[in-house]
Amino acid sequence: MSPQPAPARPGCGAQSLGVLRKELRATLVSPIPYILVALFALALSYVFFYGLDERRNPSFWLLSTASVNTLFGVIPVAFAVLVPALTMRMWSEEMRAGTLETLRTMPVSAGALVLGKFLACWVLLAACLLATLPIVLTVDGLGDLDWGPVWGGYLGAMFLGGALVALGLWISGLTRHQVVAFLVTLFAGLVLCQLLTSMASDANSGLGPVFHAIALDARYDALGRGVLEVRDLAYFASFTAFFLYLNAESIDSRRYA
Amino acid sequence: MIRVENLQKSFVGVRALDGVTFDIPQGQVVGLLGPNGAGKTTMMRILTGFVAPTGGQAWVDGIDVQDDPVACQRRIGYLPEGNPLYTDLRVREALAFAAEMQGLRGAAARDAIREAVEQVGLADVVHRTIGTFSKGYRQRVGLAQALLHRPPVLILDEPTTGLDPNQQQDMRDLIRRLGRERTVVLSTHILPEVEAVCQRALIIAKGRLVADGTIDEVRAQGRGEACARITVRGTLEQARAAFAGLPFVGSVSAEAAPAPGLSALRVALAGHADADRLEALAAACHAARLPLSRLEAHAARLEDVFAVLTEQAPAATEEVA
Repeated sequence: MSPQPAPARPGCGAQSLGVLRKELRATLVSPIPYILVALFALALSYVFFYGLDERRNPSFWLLSTASVNTLFGVIPVAFAVLVPALTMRMWSEEMRAGTLETLRTMPVSAGALVLGKFLACWVLLAACLLATLPIVLTVDGLGDLDWGPVWGGYLGAMFLGGALVALGLWISGLTRHQVVAFLVTLFAGLVLCQLLTSMASDANSGLGPVFHAIALDARYDALGRGVLEVRDLAYFASFTAFFLYLNAESIDSRRYA
Repeated sequence: MIRVENLQKSFVGVRALDGVTFDIPQGQVVGLLGPNGAGKTTMMRILTGFVAPTGGQAWVDGIDVQDDPVACQRRIGYLPEGNPLYTDLRVREALAFAAEMQGLRGAAARDAIREAVEQVGLADVVHRTIGTFSKGYRQRVGLAQALLHRPPVLILDEPTTGLDPNQQQDMRDLIRRLGRERTVVLSTHILPEVEAVCQRALIIAKGRLVADGTIDEVRAQGRGEACARITVRGTLEQARAAFAGLPFVGSVSAEAAPAPGLSALRVALAGHADADRLEALAAACHAARLPLSRLEAHAARLEDVFAVLTEQAPAATEEVA
């Protein structure tokens, strides 16, 4: 095998798919994704069929309507916990193992790497969401389920999840410690998916509308009611793009450290 | 093929490289030598685009690494220090990933993987998980990854560290073979390795280049002295008297005598221990009627040269981490 002129400059898309495959392979040989899917489905089933509290999250039996709104209602907080577990190792592990050097000395842009890792997390998130389908099918079997809001809820969940994944990836790219990445992402996610809305509702200051505009769960709730607002989807998309951009920039800037 | 001009790199409070300049023509196998923390790894990281220099420029195949890192990276096969690998993946998966990153697809990727795997001797274990491998096999995976896209330039950061002597020998043979048609830069602190594999040595100390040339030239730069080891039947004084007339003989000292009546001597020589000088020594013994039973030439040891060069390097601003 003699040295040869390099083949055509590899395309960014093919490389991102390569990263996606690598991440899925590396993840699927560990027990983590299976545990996450199982816990996610179990936790949501529990919340849905038993309820958390009678007023805000009553159980399905108490409501006795063929609706899965309460299921989608807890998704923002559930994602705030789930997503950090998916994203924490994405960059931190590469840094700790030193494979970031292998990765960054291959002819790949930081953007293509970020995109591949994002897609990998998104696919795993979709698998978790898929595991909630039995709940929805159960409800459909017991009554006459309106599927409009269900599709809206799932679509919104993917957008919301994408935003949280982008945020988590960026945070993972800032530290070589997975636990730090997990905790910081968890905190940021809970603020965005829970705290801001509560603060917006009882804020006496003029910041209420601002909090409400930033909060992820408020926009998600609208989608879950079956109201597909382009505005809300665009918010999630630009939130995602912004943090993916920050992620690529922070990975690139490590060269100047 | 590789050119570096006044390269500088400072980390917070530390000057890792302090104005290094060299030029490596195509096809040369170069050893980058230096004590730990001298800047070898930083140098390699700059060449491979992992780290940006704070000053100066580096070119690979005429392309500025800062201008177009991706174009340079496609021409370089790199084995980073410590050989980081995806230990959760199987060999085949890791190489398939590397092939994708290099833009190889389909049959081209399969051919490249097969060739690389055969070249480093991993063909029987491609389905095993990298994490289960011993150090030697891991090193082969790292090298296969570096060779995959058939790069004209190989940059190997301490390729034999942590290997057992047999594996080190295998690795050296492999590097020598690869070096026949490639430009290779390898860092090491094993000096015999440089003598065995490299045509040229660059010695870095405290971020500066302190010696550059063929192994012999570096020896001369370090002012290491050659010597002859001689055993004669006679005394030290007789031997000193016999060699007194030879202008190239320096100090003559006694070493442990192998048997009563014999003297083992170390005769320092100015310059090389070449055939003319050895013959002159033999003739001098003969003329002084000192029976000669051993006469060996010893070139200056690279270790001595290395010690001299790296210690006299001007102190950098701070201690290098």
